[in-house]
Amino acid sequence: MTTTMTAPASSPARVEQPPRRRRRRTRLPHLLLIPAVGTLLIGLGYPVTWQILNSFKEYGLAQQFGQPAEYVGFANYIALFTDGMFWTIALRSVAFMAATAAVTMVIGIAFALLMKVIPTWSRIVLQVAMLLAWAMPIVAQMTVANWLIDDRNGVLNHVLSLIPGVDLIGHDWLIDPLSFFGVALVIITWASVPFVAFSVYAGLTQVSEEVLEAGQLDGASAFQMLRLIIMPIIRPVLVILILLQLIWDLRVFAQIQLLQDFGAAGERYDLLGTYIYGLGIGQGQFGAAAAAAMVVMILTLAVSWGYVRRLLKEDEES
Amino acid sequence: MKRTFLRSAGAALALVLAAVWAFPVYWMVNSSFLTPATISKLEPTWVPFGGTLSNYRAVLADNAFTSALGMSLVVTAICLVLCLVYALLASFAIGRFRFRGRKTFVLAIIVVQMLPAEAMFIAQYKMLAGANLLNSVIGVSVIYLAMVVPFTTWMLRGFVAGIPVDLEEAAMIDGCTRMGAFRRVTFPLLAPGLVASGVFAFLQVWNEFALASIILTESQKATLPLWLRDFAQSSNLGVTEWGEVMAGSVLVAIPVIVFFMIVQGRMAQGLVGGAVKG
Repeated sequence: MTTTMTAPASSPARVEQPPRRRRRRTRLPHLLLIPAVGTLLIGLGYPVTWQILNSFKEYGLAQQFGQPAEYVGFANYIALFTDGMFWTIALRSVAFMAATAAVTMVIGIAFALLMKVIPTWSRIVLQVAMLLAWAMPIVAQMTVANWLIDDRNGVLNHVLSLIPGVDLIGHDWLIDPLSFFGVALVIITWASVPFVAFSVYAGLTQVSEEVLEAGQLDGASAFQMLRLIIMPIIRPVLVILILLQLIWDLRVFAQIQLLQDFGAAGERYDLLGTYIYGLGIGQGQFGAAAAAAMVVMILTLAVSWGYVRRLLKEDEES
Repeated sequence: MKRTFLRSAGAALALVLAAVWAFPVYWMVNSSFLTPATISKLEPTWVPFGGTLSNYRAVLADNAFTSALGMSLVVTAICLVLCLVYALLASFAIGRFRFRGRKTFVLAIIVVQMLPAEAMFIAQYKMLAGANLLNSVIGVSVIYLAMVVPFTTWMLRGFVAGIPVDLEEAAMIDGCTRMGAFRRVTFPLLAPGLVASGVFAFLQVWNEFALASIILTESQKATLPLWLRDFAQSSNLGVTEWGEVMAGSVLVAIPVIVFFMIVQGRMAQGLVGGAVKG
């Protein structure tokens, strides 16, 4: 369970009731919002404002020790964009996000289709197993993963070594960067497939039997049914799921940080989250870190904009 | 004939996949019952026959664990209570009224949920450092509240909208004030919504790692996720006591799994509910 969930739109009782326009103007709604707005202003508004301002300031170690931070225009951003390391890490993050989201979607959809054709008892077994994986807290996930891939006593190396000609006892999966991110991808996929599978399955149950029968009568093959009938019907669900997976796979600071804590650390193993952390908390370059954080923020908003619009529309309809 | 074969083959595949997906969780539980001597054998022990509870005893006797448990309970309790109150008020406002600034507020609570910790933790760290609130319950709670209130408000809004406004109006005709009608009529009907969104908020706060690792740097102030990380590492120097570490993981994960099961039905439907509806 990694993520900030975005709330259910469906209400328990499906009574659509447009809020009625009050005749008398009242201050009540504004008063009711005060605590929530106050919380957001303190916990997010103030820090984000600070961040925007400081991304335009010289704010390094000297400023930590009392020197005034001066405005330097876009210097932090220019320094960032001309730094090869930043580009490497930014592209790596985007590639990691795309790869993880793609693998998760493919496996999740396959699971959902499988759940649709198998007998109920076996579907329930699979669902329970997936719920267990889904429910695991990130720290527990990463800790267990680290035990599974432990170089000497880990069960993964033992099982792989049973294959004739393979000897992986003592192999450390976290040293080679590619292997490091492969491990991260597998763990994150393992944890996110259940959500995709359950959601797609819920979408599949909306596809009516009549439509499928009609397709069968017209002589559609199984693959044609999938591509021409089922996929278009569940397309809205798939679009939302891809967006959510992309957003979530961009914010994998906790997983990468924990994997670095257990294994090797350094820029070769960084994604944007850990890079910003190192820049700010590690090196005290708060101006540069603020600029990098702004880039992540804008990237996230760009990816999530479709989902935001969909939720806004939902709000207007209710 | 072909169909039955496909179904049984599918069922067999599903069982294999279920085993793969459940395996890490099983392995965590299995290892937590094994003695250090058993666990350090090269040959894995697949079933914890003749297992021991000593790993659990060791974890429960660890002062750092008890302290982290206390910290997690306090932070979660504060955040949960305040979050539900704030979000309930706000959801009533946006679920029942049209007013100036409503759209801005709704947009804000949606956008805020998209922002990753990565994009803000430096700024939040600096703010708390400036206010001398690093390593404090108040500091971390302020940040967590801002993290969970938007989502909880959005979720409760759906429940508020699902309760017919006529019920409140009837109560008002019978002489209730607007708040009175809300308190006596709508609030009791909202109870299931409060439970569900409360569990979601609980899971988020209880599991949170990224911000905690930055704000709560002192080990006495660690929450459970931080404790587990430190616990797994402290033994990293020489030989990791994987049995104890796995017992710790089980203790951290159990409450989460239990609460998760309560809300799992809403989890899948909720996030894409609007999309299914089309």
